[in-house]
Amino acid sequence: MINVNQTGSKTLVDMKVNRRSFMKGTAVAAAGVAAPSFFTRNAWGADFVNNPGNNKSITLGFNVPQTGAYADEGADELRAYKLAVKHLNGEGDGGMLNTMKPLSLKGNGVLGKKVEFVTGDTQTKSDAARSSAKRMIEKDGALMITGGSSSGVAIAVQSLCQEAGVIFMAGLTHSNDTTGKDKRRYGFRHFFNAYMSGVALGPVLKEELGIDRRAYHLTADYTWGWTQEESIKNTTEGLGWETVATVKTPVGAGDFSQYITPVLNSGADVLILNHYGKDMINSLTQSIQFGLKDKQVNGKQFEIIVPLFSRLMAQGAGDNIKGILGTTGWNWALQDAGSQAFVKSFGQEYGFPPSQAAHTCYCQTLLYANACEVAGTFYPPEMIKALEGFEFDGMGNGPTLYRAEDHQCFKNVLVVRGNQNPSSQFDLLEIVKEVPREVVTYDAKIFGGELGPYKV
Amino acid sequence: MNMKDNILVLIFGAVILTMPLWAGIVGAGYPDLLQKFAIFGLFAIGFNILFGFTGYLSFGHAAFLGIGSYTAMWSFKLLTMNAIPAVLFATAVSGLFALAIGFVALRRSGIYFSILTLAFAQMCYNMAYSVLTPITNGETGLTLTATDPRILDAATTEGLPSTELFGMGLSGYNGFYFCAIILIIGFYISVRLYRSSFGLMLLAVKSNQNRMKYTGLNTKPYLLSAFVISGMYAGLAGALMVVIDPLAGAERMQWTASGEVVLMTILGGVGTLLGPFIGAIVIKYFENIFSAFNDAVLNQVFGFLPDFIQGIWVSFASLFVGKGWHLTLGVLFMLIVIFLPGGAMEGFRRIAAKFKKEKEAHSAGGAE
Repeated sequence: MINVNQTGSKTLVDMKVNRRSFMKGTAVAAAGVAAPSFFTRNAWGADFVNNPGNNKSITLGFNVPQTGAYADEGADELRAYKLAVKHLNGEGDGGMLNTMKPLSLKGNGVLGKKVEFVTGDTQTKSDAARSSAKRMIEKDGALMITGGSSSGVAIAVQSLCQEAGVIFMAGLTHSNDTTGKDKRRYGFRHFFNAYMSGVALGPVLKEELGIDRRAYHLTADYTWGWTQEESIKNTTEGLGWETVATVKTPVGAGDFSQYITPVLNSGADVLILNHYGKDMINSLTQSIQFGLKDKQVNGKQFEIIVPLFSRLMAQGAGDNIKGILGTTGWNWALQDAGSQAFVKSFGQEYGFPPSQAAHTCYCQTLLYANACEVAGTFYPPEMIKALEGFEFDGMGNGPTLYRAEDHQCFKNVLVVRGNQNPSSQFDLLEIVKEVPREVVTYDAKIFGGELGPYKV
Repeated sequence: MNMKDNILVLIFGAVILTMPLWAGIVGAGYPDLLQKFAIFGLFAIGFNILFGFTGYLSFGHAAFLGIGSYTAMWSFKLLTMNAIPAVLFATAVSGLFALAIGFVALRRSGIYFSILTLAFAQMCYNMAYSVLTPITNGETGLTLTATDPRILDAATTEGLPSTELFGMGLSGYNGFYFCAIILIIGFYISVRLYRSSFGLMLLAVKSNQNRMKYTGLNTKPYLLSAFVISGMYAGLAGALMVVIDPLAGAERMQWTASGEVVLMTILGGVGTLLGPFIGAIVIKYFENIFSAFNDAVLNQVFGFLPDFIQGIWVSFASLFVGKGWHLTLGVLFMLIVIFLPGGAMEGFRRIAAKFKKEKEAHSAGGAE
């Protein structure tokens, strides 16, 4: 250790000898500090960030995971965004513009400006997502950022957008925190959340599995997993179930066998998988391979529940999905005019039906554009006021409210089951129950959090 | 340190500080990317002090980056939003970690050293990711909240406070200049180390450590100092990441992040002073610019071609941009390693040498 100090001091002595050259460096540095005062954030727009002014077009930023555990969802989101841009610009068959009520959009862009877009890869990482969003804001002049297929990412980007003064229309994010403790004035969520999943799932679980069950949770270890576990646990314990254990698993783990083995001998008779995307595909497939579904525990049939389901995941999990219960935000089999119009134009464009991620992202883009049209300006505080408390219909899931207190949408939630006899490769989820919006509505205060200021 | 080095540092400083003026030409002229250039440049320069000077390949430097980030974040949360304490604490704490990890890992050399550092880094990553969730907030990442104590700051009004330097906000270009100045200082120190007797000792270790030992010299303290110094650089870079964007996530400690800095250094030129910085710029440029290209952009670029050729070109080129940017980077990396083992710096040297030769031949011809 003494030797270390010797070398250290030797270097220091060396440095002192050449202090002059060091001073030169400092001078350059000082000159640099003085220079940049004209490059401030406000220099981008006279009154707000990325004000399109007299430009003929506006730019939206589509920030989705193109790599990582949620890449499938990201790809579908991007398809939906492109379709939304087409419809906004008056191309294609118009999709939900034909069914949305009330509608201020005219099919000539937004406020007469053509809609353009830039894309980015969030890599399902907060760092990369924020960096990509910053690029869109700083370089590409994006007026609104949307996307995200992970709540951690959505929350990170949402807080960045609040600081930057740019609207964030959250895509697929299901954590209670997004519009709960981490809500922001500049962030809006159309998708439902874990709390609503729990409320919707409760009665069905009681009916199908009874009130005397022992549940074992495997939970994705981040904000979404935590809040979903909490919400589902509250629901099931309310039914009288016992929670045997809750185990956190890393996102993107790939192999879940080490987490599934202990379930076998835990005495639990229900496995709740708080996983999403490829994680859910892997954990469910492995659970089935371990024979969990064929087991009898405590004299009851062992059951697996996936609280948040999507058709893309069902597709990935293949036959394993059959008979599994869960909730979903939207399904292409819904028969209302809005859903039908969307499924039709999406199908014509890409040759297969959209996922719930595609649906929420498509709606979000239209809702943003419509709110700008209502407000008559792109100025965020006005646009926000136009969307707060906005009541609309014709976009799937029945009448929907964008609640002003927490920027959360309230609409019907679907309880679904993996289809036992699918009629096509896309007909994977069977709708068990459509839970009305009044049932899943909760008090905005229960999750805390502050929206923050209109003007930043 | 001679005149030539002074000039090198001065030119380096001038190039960095004028970056906002000319980086726009290649589409990189926006604060976030420039900040990344400066921060990862610093990270790579520090990494080069270990890998380039001593030849010890650490595969776990991202751990120090993460430790620096978390320390800086906690300084913002507990003490003050001023960047100076955050940067100082982060450098010191990551130095301590480097001392502990280096002390163990440096008992071995070569591949065993690499594996040991990798193991330590993965350990740090997993700790941050799940075990130490109360300190690191796991996957979600550590962020500022309105209820943080911040004992040295006055109570904030509405919304979250932002990082500052004695009242000057550090977002946008201010943040870039803050990072740039630290980068220039870091570069200067690395040049000074390279020219010092300490640096010479490190280079000697790289060329033949056994011979050094036979002369009765204990190389371990030198190696450990180099390890700690480069760990401190990494911690400093991690702190700067938090200064410009107050969020610290565990993913920046993952082994891929450690691998990235190795790539940067090799791409630019191992053991050269400027190389690692150039490598960092190339990789960050690819990550941010190439990944943003989509079919619409490609159609614009190839718009001059006849329609059906354009279609083919766009579908071919789209393999290499957007989510395929890793592929482009891989191809570039392979080309560099195969044809220019000394990295981009070797390329420059070869061009310069050729140019010089031609000039000489030319002047010789003129004399005849």
